[in-house]
Amino acid sequence: MIESAVEILAWVLLGAGAIFSVIGGIGMLRLPDFYTRMHAAGITDTMGAWLILAGLICLAGLTLVSAKLALILFFLFMTGPTATHALIKTAWYAGVKPMLYGPTSTGPADKPEGSSPSKP
Amino acid sequence: MLAFVTIAILLTMALALIRALRGPTVFDRILAVSMISTKTTLLIAVVGFLFGRPDFLDIALLYALINFIGSIAVLKFYKYGSLGLASHLEAVPGHLEAVPGPVNAPTASGSPGADKPAGKPTP
Repeated sequence: MIESAVEILAWVLLGAGAIFSVIGGIGMLRLPDFYTRMHAAGITDTMGAWLILAGLICLAGLTLVSAKLALILFFLFMTGPTATHALIKTAWYAGVKPMLYGPTSTGPADKPEGSSPSKP
Repeated sequence: MLAFVTIAILLTMALALIRALRGPTVFDRILAVSMISTKTTLLIAVVGFLFGRPDFLDIALLYALINFIGSIAVLKFYKYGSLGLASHLEAVPGHLEAVPGPVNAPTASGSPGADKPAGKPTP
């Protein structure tokens, strides 16, 4: 009974992770801007990866395999936000501007609020 | 069910690969490649379970670390122009202030052809 419950939980987590992953991929392709695409990549890097790894942990049980999976989960937990932070900071320094109002907006809204790039 | 998850991960990698091929700026490509690397880690783990060989998890563990190091290396090279030592970077006076802020490009960066990294040395 307990085992079947854990197995059902594992399948639910795996299915949810797969759905989140595909949603993030579609957003990666469809969203109009670099920063919004980073939002889509964040979905796959957090919910997709964590749910799939949690489902595999539930599937493996308490073994060495689940310890390795937890280690992978920990590394993704640590390195993903760091890489995202470095990427977005480098893009901001290199002059990639966020799209504020629309794909063809050239109004005064295109100035990001002034002072932030000069003092990080 | 594991096959379904595998197919979903492969579909996500294909979508990210399309973005990596036609992304207007360099950072879109870096973002897509980083996402593909994370998906590869997941794919190795899931395929290991699918084939009944959980030994693949060691490879997935190694891949997660190498992915992070590679992404940080590319970004550091883009920002500083070299992968030099920290002492070399400090020897350059004002190496942080020398990097220009966002230039006033009137067009939004989502348009194709907005690939101008503001006078930085491109990798």
